[in-house]
Amino acid sequence: MPSADARAENTIDPAEVAKFEAMAAEWWDTNGKFKPLHLMNPCRLDYITRQIAAEFDRDLDDAAPFAGLRVLDIGCGGGLLSEPMARLGADVVGADAAPANIPVARLHAEQSGLTIDYRNCAAESLIDDGEQFDVILNMEVIEHVADPQAFLNACNQLLKSGGLMLCSTINRNPKSFMMAIVGAEYVMRWLPKGTHEWHKFITPDELFNLIKTASLTPVDRKGFVFNPISWAWSISDRDLSVNYVTASTKP
Amino acid sequence: MTYDSDILIVGGGLNGPALALALADGGFTVTVIDAQPKQNRATAGFDGRGYALALASQRLLSAISVWGHVAQKSQPILEIKITDGRAGEAPSPWMLHFDHAEIEEGPMGYMLEDRYLYTAFLEAMTEHPRITHLDNEKVIAQDVSASGTTVTLASGTQKRGRLLVGSDGRRSSTAERAGIGRRGWDYGQTALVCAIKHEKAHHGIAHQFFMPPGPLAILPLPDNRVSIVWSEETKTAEKIQAMTDDAYMDVLRPRFGDFLGDISLAGERFTYPLNLTIAKSFTANRLALIGDAAHGVHPIAGQGLNLGLRDVGALAEVLIEARRRGEDIGAEGVLTRYEQWRRWDVETLVAATDTFNKLFSNDNGLLRAVRDIGLGVVNALPGARRSFIREAAGLTGDLPKLLQGRQI
Repeated sequence: MPSADARAENTIDPAEVAKFEAMAAEWWDTNGKFKPLHLMNPCRLDYITRQIAAEFDRDLDDAAPFAGLRVLDIGCGGGLLSEPMARLGADVVGADAAPANIPVARLHAEQSGLTIDYRNCAAESLIDDGEQFDVILNMEVIEHVADPQAFLNACNQLLKSGGLMLCSTINRNPKSFMMAIVGAEYVMRWLPKGTHEWHKFITPDELFNLIKTASLTPVDRKGFVFNPISWAWSISDRDLSVNYVTASTKP
Repeated sequence: MTYDSDILIVGGGLNGPALALALADGGFTVTVIDAQPKQNRATAGFDGRGYALALASQRLLSAISVWGHVAQKSQPILEIKITDGRAGEAPSPWMLHFDHAEIEEGPMGYMLEDRYLYTAFLEAMTEHPRITHLDNEKVIAQDVSASGTTVTLASGTQKRGRLLVGSDGRRSSTAERAGIGRRGWDYGQTALVCAIKHEKAHHGIAHQFFMPPGPLAILPLPDNRVSIVWSEETKTAEKIQAMTDDAYMDVLRPRFGDFLGDISLAGERFTYPLNLTIAKSFTANRLALIGDAAHGVHPIAGQGLNLGLRDVGALAEVLIEARRRGEDIGAEGVLTRYEQWRRWDVETLVAATDTFNKLFSNDNGLLRAVRDIGLGVVNALPGARRSFIREAAGLTGDLPKLLQGRQI
């Protein structure tokens, strides 16, 4: 457990930050260490874009469907989600606790001709700055934070009334241990060993409870399922056994 | 950063405009750059070239709102008859007979003349607010950066887009400039192609005759006309092509037979060497190749067009879905989806064509019929009648939505 002082300051676990710093430069290499994330990205983006379009009544075939929406991408890494949001017209803030990710993300956005406000900070400092967002992307982050409840409370404070939070993580059960840790880290070598700690995984019911406790309303949950035959990810209504995503709104 | 269009398409034949229409319907802005003046393409009289459009291709043309303009000019193919014939003799009893009544989808395909199809594309492109059509403009250079691609035209103008598409034929300069190599081979055979007027009704039946000198495909066109595809060894074909029209018809008549009554030439005569050229990759940095630029099969009877329209359907679907997700449409990860989708289909065709040509010296009846009648992509030698018909109609394989007649 982190000390009370550290938690009061932010919810970031320093050991986790160091791990990702080592990987930062490789974010945009589709065949590098983040290959599994690149592989999963189309499926994550399908869910994210459709949820935002439905919540804010936008048409994804428009030229800039997310124009006027302020989006926060927490744990933005190299900008794998921030860039698509900016391309769809959103006003994007990408926040990451690992300082090395920020220059990587900034450089890539500049090369892509996109304007994104990348900040090396934690959710808590955005509250101090008085920031408010229509959408918070909280994807594959919560299993890395020291105090999930404090983190979600912070998300609530950052969300405008009527705002949407999308939160994905990994379920905790024997199958997810086999798939996400033994499979992805040891067998496939998709992720560096030690990327995930199984005890930090959260079940969908636990996550829904955390979200409710943070005064948000869970409205949807779906699974992200990897098909080894087609070698692609897809969205599942029922199979939340390993990777899954939730949508919740602020009343 | 500014772009003249999201997507630049080099090549103004048929696949380029088809892709432009599909992409523009999906919200993209598109510039089509054609080295030829459009009058040349549009005002060409009937030249004997017809396309045997597979049913799947016809569905794509419907989905991009082109089919309505050409439907009246098309001839449905209702039956295919494959006959073991001999020059100078009447065709022997039917060897194989396929009737569209055996599949529920309707005709197996449609014959359509080039002049009508191109004009319909031209009109549709002119009317589309998101398409810019630059004709009589040759691309002389292309340059890729992290965020886009720039082409330089012979006139000195530069155009910038997020993605470049090479639809500039089997000797694609776009592919060459990107350093994409090709492999291919020649089959030592040449197809003689022309249109024939005849006395009796053809009833929408496509024929394939097998004769020792070489097979003959007869494809129905409207108004008591057929398009023929007549394969010979290249040397023989050159001799026949050099003949006068009368002498040409004297060689053709015994092969053709008299089942359609008196026959006469109805337009110019063409020859097409049977060869194959495949790009080693269908994609490069911010570049995708479609149609003959990706895979040039023999250009007779629309086989190349059917295959090209599959590229159009697949690439349009990949790019429109990527756009909805906010992905960079020129990113390697996006273009790889297109390459993977099309590569298997094309390689299977190449392997099948090559194997049959080498092992059976081009005498396999079914394969030849599919090739010469040109209705579909050969995935394998079909085992059953229904599967053959579905194959000929282009209804097999992992079909892009547009080829199912659905919107993306």
